[in-house]
Amino acid sequence: MEPAPEQLKEMYRTMWRIRLFEEEANRQQAFGNVQGSFHMYIGEEAVAVGFCAHLRSDDYIVGTHRSHGHFIAKGGRIERMMAELFGREGGICRGKGGSMHVADFSVGMLGANGIVGGGFGPATGAALASQLRGDDRVTVCFFGDGAMQRGTFHEAINIGAIWNLPVIYVCENNQYQQWIPQRRMTKVTSVRDMAPSYGIPGESVDGQDVLAVSEVASRAIDRARTGGGPTLIECVTYRFHGHSPGDLQEYRDKEEVEYWRTERDPIQLLRTYLIERQQLGEDEDAAIRAAATVEIESAVAFAEASAFPPDEEIVTDVYVDAAAAS
Amino acid sequence: MRTMTFRDALNEAIHEEMARDDRVFLIGEDIATHGGNLAVTKGIPEAFPDRIRETPISEAAIVGIAVGAALAGMRPVAEVMYIDFVTIAMDEVVNQAAKMRYMTGGQASVPMVLRLPCGLARYSAAQHCQALESWFMHVPGLHVVVPSTPRDAKGLFPTAVREPDPVLFLEYKRIYSLEGEVPEAVEPIPLGAADIKREGEDVTVVAVGPMVSKALEAAVLLEDEGIDIEVVDPRSLSPLDVDTLVASARRTGRAIICAEDALMAGCTAEIACAVSERCFTDLAAPVKRLAALDVPVPYSPPLADKVVPSVEQVVQTVKDVMDEG
Repeated sequence: MEPAPEQLKEMYRTMWRIRLFEEEANRQQAFGNVQGSFHMYIGEEAVAVGFCAHLRSDDYIVGTHRSHGHFIAKGGRIERMMAELFGREGGICRGKGGSMHVADFSVGMLGANGIVGGGFGPATGAALASQLRGDDRVTVCFFGDGAMQRGTFHEAINIGAIWNLPVIYVCENNQYQQWIPQRRMTKVTSVRDMAPSYGIPGESVDGQDVLAVSEVASRAIDRARTGGGPTLIECVTYRFHGHSPGDLQEYRDKEEVEYWRTERDPIQLLRTYLIERQQLGEDEDAAIRAAATVEIESAVAFAEASAFPPDEEIVTDVYVDAAAAS
Repeated sequence: MRTMTFRDALNEAIHEEMARDDRVFLIGEDIATHGGNLAVTKGIPEAFPDRIRETPISEAAIVGIAVGAALAGMRPVAEVMYIDFVTIAMDEVVNQAAKMRYMTGGQASVPMVLRLPCGLARYSAAQHCQALESWFMHVPGLHVVVPSTPRDAKGLFPTAVREPDPVLFLEYKRIYSLEGEVPEAVEPIPLGAADIKREGEDVTVVAVGPMVSKALEAAVLLEDEGIDIEVVDPRSLSPLDVDTLVASARRTGRAIICAEDALMAGCTAEIACAVSERCFTDLAAPVKRLAALDVPVPYSPPLADKVVPSVEQVVQTVKDVMDEG
């Protein structure tokens, strides 16, 4: 079923918020305000947005090393994430996690992960928690095509399948495992083709088309929520930027990148769709972008106004603070 | 007072914690069949059929799932059949469980117990008999607990389950059958509380896990020779109750540290250093260590039995430090 126009516009808005957040974070990296490893999600926005549009606030998601988009799509606090990238005490992780560990437990975002394939077990475990409690939450486990070759992929998905857990395994196939094309590292490029070996449904979808993603997501999430078990889904997508800052990208053709940027941009595809159907006017489009721009500017202002964590913070949160917990 | 084995005391503790808190569940390989591989989970499937999950042979997933369930509010007790197999789940233990709270600025809590049967038993050679406590002592964010008696197993297990951070619960297989007194009700024993298993005046013997019984046997033999040793059991290696160990060493003026893990960078190294740093000038002799040989555990029984320190070696080492000052 096609989402209502308002729902589509909400997806459009969220995709812009992700894109502008990352463009700004990238600028701030150049200024030196953002340090360390930093992986951009631009180009892949339709995946996080298409899935999270169907999740409740108390559902869980588990991310990857490239998770700013998952965080925003799940409703995470954007100014707190910017402050986290700045390493400030107002950061969502009090400046202790950085880009690869952003999490917002208040909305079920259980964390990005610096280990490729590190999220399969925890996501499956969160889904087991729901099953043991008998609640109807679902968990979405995002992972990249590189993670398909980890042993954890097999171990966790097999268990998700035999226990019929409410979890959806979503492969964001951006076609590159850091610098290596996926096809050089596996003969089976789509997780859809691996699903039958676990005895669960598999799907493959155009990850640039948020409507298509949304439809597949809706089906899989409903199935998981009603006791139908896991689904393994490939979203074919593309990383518009390099793996991380300083990536010269000599491993891929400029024409290929240009094609995806101009012809397969998920935001422009949805924009065209909405305009053609007269569901989005120019003024409203401009207003959506302006609002997102203001939100990002105020996130930067929030980050700048937040202090670096005091030295005492180095040793807190290693273990629970027994005094505070009692 | 009633006596029971270490295995039965632990089994009773598992029963009680599962009855107390319905968030507690067990996950691991072969844990519901035949009472578990080492018969520790006997009776649990009948008492709590919905809270015991037998898994495929997938150690990384067992621990990873436990981490996720803990993040989502449950209290998993995961078993890795032998500590040797935890190597397959090191990412889940070291990068995920241990660091979640810190990396998320305190948002995440991983209240997980990882039961790790370890050490020599039944001559199963190099991949089924290791003692790896020092690996985990080295990782901030983990607790490492090594009970040495049935009573301590009964008292430390509930603490481990109720702890908001991950606890590695090391069960030395050779002491599963050890008998000891266990009161009907045992108060939970806090982590980081060493226990003086025997008071003495001449030498402090810090003993970890199965070395506690050996040190107590050595104490009887040494008594005949007029040497009175104090046996101190740290009970948890992280946190480590340095104060109690140091106070004892200061009182006796001599200390030896005994454990069944390898000598090189083993837990004895950390304990010996912690004691020496704090009370070097109060000691009559240098701190000595007694640990496993730096070898993989061999299969052949006469060889395997010589890998870990014996009662006789404890006796000899005590005499050596007495001779030194």
